[in-house]
Amino acid sequence: MTIATDSKLNARIPDGPIDQKWTRCKDQLKLVAPNNKRKFHVIVVGTGLAGAAAAASLAEQGYTVTVVTIHDSPRRAHSIAAQGGINASKNYQNDGDSVHRLFTDTVKGGDFRAREANVYRLAEVSGNIIDQCVAQGVPFAREYGGMLANRTFGGALVSRTFYCRGQTGQQLLIGAYSALMRQAASGRAKIYARREMLDLVMVDGVARGIVCRNLVTGAYETYAGHAVLLCTGGYGNVFYLSTNAKGCNVTASWRCHKRGAYFANPCYTQIHPTCIPVHGDYQSKLTLMSESLRNDGRVWVPKNKGDSRRPEQIPDEERDYYLERRYPTYGNMVPRDVASRAAKERCDAGFGVGDTQMAVYLDFSRAIQEQGRAAIEGKYGNLFDMYEKITGENGYVTPMMIYPAVHYTMGGLWVDYHLESTIPGLFVLGEANFSDHGANRLGASALMQGLADGYFVAPYTVGNHLASRSLKPVTDAHPSFTEALASAKARTDRILAVNGTTTVNELHRRLGQIMWNKCGMGRNAAGLSSAIKEIGALRDEFWSSVRVLGSGEAFNQNLEHAGRLADFLEFGELLVRDALHREESCGGHFREEHQTEEGEAKRNDKDFCYAGAWESKGEDVAQSVLHKEPLEFKDVPLVQRSYK
Amino acid sequence: MTHKSLNLTLRVWRQPNADAPGAFRTYKLGGISPDMSFLEMLDVLNDQLIKDGEEPIAFDHDCREGICGTCGVMINGQPHGPLPATTTCQLHMRHFHDGDEIVIEPWRARAFPIIRDLSVDRSAFDRIIQAGGYVSVSTGQAPDGNCLPIPKVQQESALDAAVCIGCGACVAACKNASAALFTSAKVSHMAQLPQGQAERRQRVLAMVGQHDEEGFGWCTNTYECEAACPASISVTHIARMNREHVKATFAGQK
Ligand SMILES: Cc1cc2nc3c(=O)[nH]c(=O)nc-3n(C[C@H](O)[C@H](O)[C@H](O)COP(=O)(O)OP(=O)(O)OC[C@H]3O[C@@H](n4cnc5c(N)ncnc54)[C@H](O)[C@@H]3O)c2cc1C
Ligand code: FES
Repeated sequence: MTIATDSKLNARIPDGPIDQKWTRCKDQLKLVAPNNKRKFHVIVVGTGLAGAAAAASLAEQGYTVTVVTIHDSPRRAHSIAAQGGINASKNYQNDGDSVHRLFTDTVKGGDFRAREANVYRLAEVSGNIIDQCVAQGVPFAREYGGMLANRTFGGALVSRTFYCRGQTGQQLLIGAYSALMRQAASGRAKIYARREMLDLVMVDGVARGIVCRNLVTGAYETYAGHAVLLCTGGYGNVFYLSTNAKGCNVTASWRCHKRGAYFANPCYTQIHPTCIPVHGDYQSKLTLMSESLRNDGRVWVPKNKGDSRRPEQIPDEERDYYLERRYPTYGNMVPRDVASRAAKERCDAGFGVGDTQMAVYLDFSRAIQEQGRAAIEGKYGNLFDMYEKITGENGYVTPMMIYPAVHYTMGGLWVDYHLESTIPGLFVLGEANFSDHGANRLGASALMQGLADGYFVAPYTVGNHLASRSLKPVTDAHPSFTEALASAKARTDRILAVNGTTTVNELHRRLGQIMWNKCGMGRNAAGLSSAIKEIGALRDEFWSSVRVLGSGEAFNQNLEHAGRLADFLEFGELLVRDALHREESCGGHFREEHQTEEGEAKRNDKDFCYAGAWESKGEDVAQSVLHKEPLEFKDVPLVQRSYK
Repeated sequence: MTHKSLNLTLRVWRQPNADAPGAFRTYKLGGISPDMSFLEMLDVLNDQLIKDGEEPIAFDHDCREGICGTCGVMINGQPHGPLPATTTCQLHMRHFHDGDEIVIEPWRARAFPIIRDLSVDRSAFDRIIQAGGYVSVSTGQAPDGNCLPIPKVQQESALDAAVCIGCGACVAACKNASAALFTSAKVSHMAQLPQGQAERRQRVLAMVGQHDEEGFGWCTNTYECEAACPASISVTHIARMNREHVKATFAGQK
């Protein structure tokens, strides 16, 4: 591993007290004259909350916006699947919430590995997000008197989560999508669906366009512009099994990384504690049961190993409510990383339940007794329905069985305070960037971040880039476009040429097993080192024996999947190398060598209080160079987290 | 959990592209676990086809948890298959029997051209939303969220309409290939909220106009759409849309 000694990383954090930084930043940003905005062309890749919000807001301001998405419609982005809610420090419940408290909770929840200034800004604009969504017609839950309702989420002692039953992401995305549709109707935003970005085009060191493959016809297309906004979501599917939609991928980020964008903290992956357990080797994805269920559900395992009675028949005193036992203050509402590890600890110790013994119970009997079944149905009905569809069991009667699963990726392309990557003109928003959640994300904070980036940050900072850099006119006839197009096409053709014997699914599943077993909830040096070798071998196998049939000049879903897997096979190695280098435990990154006597994550602030941003040095991931952005904690004192 | 496995005969619509003719092909598939989802069953078939040198079956899917609206095929003549309020991706094989023959086809509607095999182009839905399925509010213009009290009952009722996933099953189920349920879900969502009032009349006229222009048929109240809808959208929204449309027409708004 090479560590850069003369790193030029500049986070552009404004001076001044934390609560004035964003105002000062905005005051100093250069503006584009209203009549010039139309002449600037912004390319937005991805239409999740981050992309749809940014594209709509920029078009509203008057910019010419081009939007691409791999989906058949912008409304299908994976944000649609978010269930539980979105945080905002409105303090509508009068329970002591404030911008500062949301900021503190998020920094602490992230185990002190996020950039303070970004997190503060996130908390600061959180209230505006709710207002904006309400104005668009998002039907957030209300009290009987008509005021907005809230629920509690993990890692907080206040009630600040806004929600629409168990479909919050859907409603927020439909809001952002409808704003985008309004711009499409006005002609200011042009939308190209079923297009996959396969490369970034740079001219004079600035991001000036993208190469896409039209997924219906197979044709390669290029789009030129003055700025590129990458809003392509997270890379959880490097683990094959995750709660992410099947199309989630790292391709666009990885191609940008290879063109010079640094990739920060790839090892920070979030394992969500409440998912439906794995039940067969044909399984294609895992399903989340929203964290909001922990508001009313109690997590337990039998006190006696191998207790084979049905859960309803095990009396209370023979149950171990291990989260309530270990963390009396937060109880079932501890942050995700803590809850996940506690479940793993119980199962590894032999107390797991179900056929595979890799599950714990999530029990609603007390909540149903106290509040009545109708109240529980009102809050989580669709989640109970989903549980029953998948498992054939009724969660109102029998406790649900749950187990942790890969869910979210805190790592992503490194960005500065402007959300600009190390490539000028390339902005990265939403889950695709690394910025706000440190080593662990609190529930209901991803939707907040995606919309903060899209509605309230990028629309300002992108304008500054356009107004302050001299960007000469470029069309897609420029040689950089020809080169990028040829390289994207060559890669796809190479995949088709292998014509081996192993299917893409098989190879992807095997990559997932390596990642989960050696770089999942618990990681150690020996396992990580062997994972690097195994991933390398699997990558060789991919390029010598993958079988992708059909042509590149047609709708070919297997080819799409193969291209994404090829990138995961490179990226996976970087993720593991990052995990190996980080000799500490923090948030979702748990190095077994570094734990307290009670089995909690043990940070090493002396040596690792930095964001680790990797620079690509060509094909060989082992040659990547690490740049460090030191993290300073001035407003939230650096302490060991405690949820006891 | 059940442990026996299923042997199935699948008759699947294969069509290389929009212009080429399509036909059913028959495949035998054994060893299917009842705990698999329908799409996992198709994954298994596809891996088998690839091994045998035949191109896999194209079908759209993404979230596989019933919310994105990407999946959807006709299963034995029913959109999303036999279970009520269930998307194709959430349908599990425990609802089929050993020895079953299953016929799998794409949505069929003039306004949803076939792309390949089971995958169709539903961009007409986006254009219906573009016609007016939004509130004209730009980023930064919003007042405080609690400025507009919305009684819980009203909010819940708007949400009942807003949960449409845009999958197109309603169109596939309808003998007229009408998208009335889809269009009305949006009209009804907005019409029930104070935010939607300013543009209430133009919205319904423009959206219904676009619906017709896309080539979707008329609603003749057969309620097949409601029966097929995985998000349980009720036909009462169609009734509301019709009332809204009449009012807007008589008000002479354009
Ligand atoms: C099941 C589930 C439940 C969740 N619940 C919550 C919750 O309750 N609260 C919360 O705060 N967070 C939740 N999250 C997390 C949150 O939903 C996501 O982090 C967030 O929505 C990501 O938004 P995004 O805009 O960054 O990306 P996405 O919504 O993933 O959008 C990515 C976009 O990029 C496009 N794209 C990807 N690759 C390419 C490419 N190569 N070329 C072109 N386009 C591309 C896609 O088509 C898509 O439009 C949940 C996540 C999951 C998986
Ligand atoms: S794949 Fe998303 S609804 Fe079925």
